[in-house]
Amino acid sequence: MKSRDAPRPSLEDRTVELARWTDDRFGVAKIGKTALNKIFPDHWSFLLGEIAMYTFVILIITGIFLTLFFVPSTHEVIYHGSYLPLRGQRVSEAYQSTVDISLNVRAGLVMRQMHHWAADIFAAAVVVHLCRIFFTGAFRRPRELNYMIGLTMLILVIVNGFIGYSLPDDQISGAGLRIAFSIFLSLPIIGTWGAFLLWGGNFPGNGDIIPRFYSLHILIIPAVIAGLLVAHLGIMWHQKHTDFPGKEKTNRTVVGSSFWPTYVAKTTGYFFIIFAGLALLGGLFQINPIWLYGSYEPFKVSYAVQPDWYMGWLDGALRIMPAWETQFAGRYLISAPFYPAVVLPGLTFTALYMWPFIEARFTKENRMEHHLLDRPRDRPVRTGLGVGVLSFYVMLFLASSTDVLANTLRVSLNGVLWTFRIGTPTIPIVVGLATYQICKELSRAPGAGLRKRSNVVVRSAEGGYTTVPANIRPGDFEGEPPPESLPEEAVPRGAMGDRRRRPDEGGEEVGVGVDRTEATAVTPPRRFGGFFRPWHRPAGNS
Amino acid sequence: MSPGGEDEIGSDHMSTGGENPGGDNPGGAGSTSTGSGAATATAVEDIRLEIPVQRPRRAENFVALCFVVSVLATIGLAITYSLGGQVQAEGALLGLGLGGMGVGVAAWGKYLMPQGPFVEDRHELPKPESDRRAFGAAFSRGSVAVERRGFLGKLLGAAIGVFSIVGIFPFLRSLYNPRPGNALDFTFFRRGSRLVRIDGRPVMADDVDVGGVLTVFPEGHAGDAVSQTLLIRASSVPITTLPGRETWSPHGYLAYSKLCTHAGCPVSLYQQQVQQLLCPCHQSVFTLLNGARPIFGPAPRLLPQLPIMDNGDGFLRAQSDFQEPVGPGFWERNTSTTLNPPKTAAGQ
Repeated sequence: MKSRDAPRPSLEDRTVELARWTDDRFGVAKIGKTALNKIFPDHWSFLLGEIAMYTFVILIITGIFLTLFFVPSTHEVIYHGSYLPLRGQRVSEAYQSTVDISLNVRAGLVMRQMHHWAADIFAAAVVVHLCRIFFTGAFRRPRELNYMIGLTMLILVIVNGFIGYSLPDDQISGAGLRIAFSIFLSLPIIGTWGAFLLWGGNFPGNGDIIPRFYSLHILIIPAVIAGLLVAHLGIMWHQKHTDFPGKEKTNRTVVGSSFWPTYVAKTTGYFFIIFAGLALLGGLFQINPIWLYGSYEPFKVSYAVQPDWYMGWLDGALRIMPAWETQFAGRYLISAPFYPAVVLPGLTFTALYMWPFIEARFTKENRMEHHLLDRPRDRPVRTGLGVGVLSFYVMLFLASSTDVLANTLRVSLNGVLWTFRIGTPTIPIVVGLATYQICKELSRAPGAGLRKRSNVVVRSAEGGYTTVPANIRPGDFEGEPPPESLPEEAVPRGAMGDRRRRPDEGGEEVGVGVDRTEATAVTPPRRFGGFFRPWHRPAGNS
Repeated sequence: MSPGGEDEIGSDHMSTGGENPGGDNPGGAGSTSTGSGAATATAVEDIRLEIPVQRPRRAENFVALCFVVSVLATIGLAITYSLGGQVQAEGALLGLGLGGMGVGVAAWGKYLMPQGPFVEDRHELPKPESDRRAFGAAFSRGSVAVERRGFLGKLLGAAIGVFSIVGIFPFLRSLYNPRPGNALDFTFFRRGSRLVRIDGRPVMADDVDVGGVLTVFPEGHAGDAVSQTLLIRASSVPITTLPGRETWSPHGYLAYSKLCTHAGCPVSLYQQQVQQLLCPCHQSVFTLLNGARPIFGPAPRLLPQLPIMDNGDGFLRAQSDFQEPVGPGFWERNTSTTLNPPKTAAGQ
C-alpha cells in the first residue's frame, strides 16, 4: 500500500514501468520500440486490405455463433418448426437448422446475414485490393511472393465462399452443387473419380458432401487463410509499406503517422466501422432468404438461379460458352463445362501468379527493389492490359444474368446471349486500347493530374495583405531542411522524427485558398471536420 | 537524455527540430524512459504529441458524442434482444453500437493524435555481402553433407515417393468406396419399370393432358437425382421422331432425361407454344420437334430419350433404361454404341 502522501506516479511513469516489466520477462524492448514507432503511410487505398482483414475477423466471430446451431447433415426429417409454409415437408437437417437459425434463434438471422454479407464483402475487398496492387505495381520485387500469397488467399476465399453458400442445402445452393459436380466430372482422366470421391457416389451423393464441406468451411480453409494472412502481414510489416512518390517520399523512406497511438486508433475505429456496416447490412438488407427457396430437391430448379457475386464470372462463362464437346480416340470425351469452368479459371490464376515475372521479363525492373508505387497512367501498357482483362471478367459477370437481363429489358434471350458471345471477347480489346491511349494522352498533357498549388494570404508586419503561392510543399521553403528521419531499427535509441516547421512563420497566416496540397504537406493545421476526407490530405483552412 | 528533454521545455520546438537533426531524436523514447518528473508537464508542449486540428474541443465533443450514441444503442440492443429480438432493430442498433465506437475511435485517431508526417528509413533487405556469403555457405554445408551420401538421399526419395503413392490410397479409399465403375452409364429404369410421380403414385396413360408435362421416376426410386425424367404429352404439332424411336412414344408421350447435357441442372421449363424445353441454369433450349435437340445455349448433346410403352393395363412403363448415359459429359463417356452419337448433335 502506498502512502497517501506519495504523489501518484504520472501516466508516463506508469507506462514506462509497464514497458520495463514486459521487457524483463520477454526482452522485447528493441522490437517493441521499433514496432510502436513503425510508420504507416496514409493513403485511403491502404484501407482496402484492412477491409478484407477485418471482414475475415467478423466472419470468424459470426461463424462461431452459427456453428452453435447448424447441423451439417443431409438426413431427412419432417419439418415441424415455426415457419408454417414448410410444415410437414421433408427437409434435410442442414436446411432445417438453417431455417431455425434464421427464424427461431434470437439474433440468429442478423448473425447469418452478417456472415453472408461479410463473405461477399471479404471477396470484394480482396479483389479491389488486388486491383490496387496490380495497377500501382506493388507486386514488383521484393513483394512478388507476398503477392502470390494474396492470390492464394483469393482462391481460398472464393472456394470457401462457395462451400459456405452450399451448406444450408436449400434449393439454390443445391443447384450450385449440381453444377459443381458436373464441373468435376468434366475434368479429363480424374474427373469421374474425383467427383465420386468428394461426393461419396453419383450426385447427390451419399449424404457425405455437407459434412465434408462443413469441416472444410469452418476449420481447414479458415485455418489456411489465417496462416497465410499472418504470413502476408508479417512480410508486409518486414518489408514496410509501399507509398506513392512525393516530396520526401523516396524509395528509401516511409512517411506517415506512427503505429502507436495514431494508427492503432484509426485502425481500431476502422474495424468497428466495418463491423457496424456489416451489422447494418445484416439487419436491414435481406440476403439469401432460404426459407423461401425450400430444401434442395434435385428435380426442381427455378428462374434466376445465380451464385454469389464472386462466382458470377464462372457462371457467365458457362452460359455464353459455345456447345463444344469433343469425343476423341473413340473412347474419351472433353465435356462442355471443361473449357469455361476449368480451363478459364486455370488460365486466369496462372496468369495472375505469373504476372510479376512476366512483367519483369520485359521491363527488367526486378534488378532493384521497388517501394514507390506507380501512377497507373504512367504505365500505359500495364494499365491498359489490366483494365482490358478486368472488363473481360466484368462482361462474364454480367453474362451470368442473361435470363434476368432478357426479362428485365424485354428482349430475346437469344439476342442477349449473342451480345455477350460477341461482346465478351471484343469489348475488352476496345476498353484496353482506349485505356492505353488515355494513359498516353494524360502523360503527354503537362501538369495533368497534378494537384494545384495552394495560395496563402499573408499579412506582412506592416499590415498589408499579399497572396503568395503556398510555400507549403515540403522543400518549397527556402533553406528548409528535410524532415527528421526516424532512427532505423539498428539504432538503439528510438524516437519520432520532428514535425515540420510551419512555412508561414514570420507572417500570420490568414487562410489557404485552395484545398489542394501535396500529399506529404501536412503542415497547415487542420480544422476539425470532413471526416470522410482522405486521411492523408490536409484539410486546408479555406 | 533526461536533461535534454527538460532543456526543451519552453524552447521553440519547431526550430529545435529543424536545426538539430538527429540530435533531437533522443528526446523521443529516450526521454520518456528516463525523464520522469518533467514528463507530465512537457506532454502538452511535446512536438510529438501535437495534434492536427485547431479546435480540439470540438473534436473531443464529437468523439464523446459517438461513444454516448454507442452506449445508448447497445443498451437498446440489449432491451430489444431481451424482448424477443427483431432483426431490423438488432441490425440497426448493433450497427449504431459498433459504429459509434468505430467512428469515435477513428476520429480520435485522426483529429486528436499526432499525425506527423514522420519519416522512417527503410532497411536494406539484402544484407551485406559477407552475411550473404555466410548464409549461402551454411546452406551449402548441409547440401554437401547430404550429397556425400547421394545414394541414401535417392533411396529416401524413393521411400517417400512409394509411401506417398501407396499411403494415399488407403486414405482416399477410406473416404468411401468411390469407384465410379459404370454408375454414370445407367439409371434405375429397367424394362417394365412403371413411371411414378415424386410421391410414388404410378402414372396412368390418361393422367396427363395433351400439352401437359410431369416429372417421373422409375418405380421405387421416386426423387432419384439421376433417373429424373420429363414426361411430356406433346401437343398436336407434328413431331419428327428420330429413326429407331418410332415405338418409343405411345399416346403421344415423350420421355426425356431431365438432366441437362451441359451441367446437369434439371431442364424444367416447358414452353408449350414452341414445343421447347429450357434449362433455367444456363438457358440451354431443346426442341421437342426433333428429338430434344439443343438449339440454343451451351448444351452440346440431345437429351437422352426414354423408350416407354403401355402394356394395356393403363400404366406407363419403361421399355428399357436410357440407351446412353444421361446428364453432363465425363471423360469415359463412350457413346459410340448408342443411337445418337454426339456427332449428330455437335452440328448445332
